[in-house]
Amino acid sequence: MKRKLLLSLISVSTVLLYGLNKPENEAAEKLVPLYIQFINQAGNQPLQLNTGQYSNSSGESFTLSTLQYFISNIRLRNSNGKEFVVQQDSSYFLINESSPQSGKVRVNVPEGEYDRLYFMVGVDSLRNTMPVGKRKGILDPANSMDNGMYWGWNSGYIFFKMEGNSPKAPVDPTGQRKFRYHIGGFGGYSAPTINNLKQVAIDLPEQGRIIVRQGSQSTTYVGADILKIFEGKTSIQISEHPSVMFSAFSVNIANNYCNMFFHHHTENR
Amino acid sequence: MNRRYWIFIGGFIGLLGWQVNRFEGFKKPKNFPEPVYDFKSNAVTKDGFELGRKLFYEPRLSRDNTISCGSCHIQFFAFTHHGHDISHGIEDRLGTRNSPPIMNLAWSKAFFWDGGVFHLDLQPLVPITTHAEMDEKLSVVIEKLKQHPEYPELFRKVFGKPEINSANLLKALSQFMLMCISSNSKYDKVMRKEGAVFTPEEQNGYLLFKRNCSSCHKEPLFTDGSFRNNGLAPGLNDDRGRFMITLDSTDAYKFKVPSLRNIEFTGPYMHDGRFYDLGQAIDHYRFNVQHTLNLDPLLEQNSRHGFPMTEEEKASILAFLKTLTDREFLSNPMLAEQ
Repeated sequence: MKRKLLLSLISVSTVLLYGLNKPENEAAEKLVPLYIQFINQAGNQPLQLNTGQYSNSSGESFTLSTLQYFISNIRLRNSNGKEFVVQQDSSYFLINESSPQSGKVRVNVPEGEYDRLYFMVGVDSLRNTMPVGKRKGILDPANSMDNGMYWGWNSGYIFFKMEGNSPKAPVDPTGQRKFRYHIGGFGGYSAPTINNLKQVAIDLPEQGRIIVRQGSQSTTYVGADILKIFEGKTSIQISEHPSVMFSAFSVNIANNYCNMFFHHHTENR
Repeated sequence: MNRRYWIFIGGFIGLLGWQVNRFEGFKKPKNFPEPVYDFKSNAVTKDGFELGRKLFYEPRLSRDNTISCGSCHIQFFAFTHHGHDISHGIEDRLGTRNSPPIMNLAWSKAFFWDGGVFHLDLQPLVPITTHAEMDEKLSVVIEKLKQHPEYPELFRKVFGKPEINSANLLKALSQFMLMCISSNSKYDKVMRKEGAVFTPEEQNGYLLFKRNCSSCHKEPLFTDGSFRNNGLAPGLNDDRGRFMITLDSTDAYKFKVPSLRNIEFTGPYMHDGRFYDLGQAIDHYRFNVQHTLNLDPLLEQNSRHGFPMTEEEKASILAFLKTLTDREFLSNPMLAEQ
C-alpha cells in the first residue's frame, strides 16, 4: 500500500514537474495553421524556369533551370514583442520552383498578431549531424538526395541550389554554357569549415501584419528576388564564377541570397 | 546413476552446440580500445546483422542491378577491390580513389580517404548514389526492396515493422559492417599472449615498425585516424584530399592514415592505388617522399625525407606486416555471401 502511494506520488510529481518545465510552444494554447507562401521572382517579375530571360547587375543575360532552397527554424514575433518558435520537427521545408505546391509552407502558431517573421535559409548543424533514424520528411536522405539537396561525400544538406544557362558562362565539360551554384556548409563536424547558415528576419509593415484567429486562414507572401543573388556585398559574375559549390567563394553567394527575401503582402482571412 | 550421467553428457553437448550457434553480437577484442560507434542507437542483433549481410551482397543497390557492395569490397582481400587501383562502378565507370577495406569500422571516426562522412550510418549513401559507383537513387533502392519477396519480412523481423526506409536500410548495413572485425592476426595472438611468438625477423621488423611507422599507424588499430600528407607526388588530377572537406589550406594533400591490418591483401596501396606491390609502398618512404605542401613533419626529420632503411630492414618490416594478416577474418564464413 505504502509502495503504491509512493509510486503514485512520484508519477503525480513527474507530471507536475513536466507541466512546469514544458516549453511555451507546447503550452495548452491551441495552435492555428498559418501559411507562408514563397514567391520566387526576378526583379519584380514572377520567375519562369527555362523560358524567362533575365539579366544580372553585371549585365549578363541568363535563364534558370533549377531553383531550390531549404527554409527552416521558423519563428514569429507578436505585436507584444513575444516570440513564438514553430515546433522544431515541423519547421523544415524545401522550396522547389519546379514544384509549385512546395512554395506554400504551413506552420502552426497560436492566435495573435505578428509583425516579424524569422527563418533560416538552410538546415541547422544539429539536424545535419543527427542520427539518420531521426531525419524525417524532407530531411530523410532518400528525399533530400532524390532532390539533389544532400552531399553524401561531404555529409551535409545543400541549402541553396540554382542552375541555369548564360552565354557568358564558359563551355563546360558537357558542352553547355551552364552555371551551377550549390551552396551548403554548416560549419563542419570534426574540423571547422565554412558556415553558410543564414538567418533572415522580415519586418511586416502595418498593413501586412499576420492576424491569426481560430478558424482564420492567414497567408503571408514572401518574395525572393533571385537577381539579388548576383549583387550585394559581392558582385557575382557568371563569366568568372560559373560553378560555385563547396568552396570558400560560396560564402559570398550565401551573403547575397540571404538578402533576397522581402515581404510581398499578407492575406488575413 | 548411469541415466543421470547420460543426461549430463547430453546437456553438455547441447550447451556446446548452443554456444557454437549462438550469435554473440558485437564483442570488443581484448586488446582493442572502446569503439566509437554508438551501439545504443543501433544494437547489433542476429537478424539485423543477417539482413545487413544480405543487403551488402545485394546488386539491387546499384542502378542496373549489376554490382553490390561486395563487388568492390571482396572479403578475401579484407573487403577491398583486388587488382583495382581506383573504384570501378557500373558501366565500367571509374572513380578517383582506391576502395578501402571494411574492417574495424566501429573504431573509425571518419570515413573515406578525406573523412568527408562522419558517421558509419551515412557512409553507404555515397557508393549507392555516386555516378561512378552504383549511380542509384536511395528511393529507388527502397522501392526495389519493397517489391522483393523476402525483404519486407526480413525488415519486419529486425525493426518490428515491415517498413523499409532509409534509416532501417542504413542501420542494417552498419550492423553487418560493424561485425567485420579483424583482431585475430598473429600479431594479436602475440600481444594477447595466446601462445604465438614472433620469429626473430618479425620481432626485428616490429621494433623497426615501432621506431618508424607506429606514430601514424598506431597500434592496435594500426591507424591513429588522422589525416596526413605522406609525401606522394600529386597525381595529374591534383586530388587535394582532406582540403575538399575542410577548405583549410593546411589540409591540402592530406589523406586518412589507413590501417595496416591485412595489408598483405589490401593492395593496390595509397589513396589512388598507385602501388600494386607492398614493397613499392615501403620504398616510397625510403626513396620517394616529395616535399609537397603540408608534408607531414614526421617524414621530414634532420633535413631528410622519409626513412632510410637497408634491404634487410625492409625485409624485416615486410615480415612483421605479414603478421597483421588475419586469416580467420578473411575467410570467416559468417561474413561471406550466403
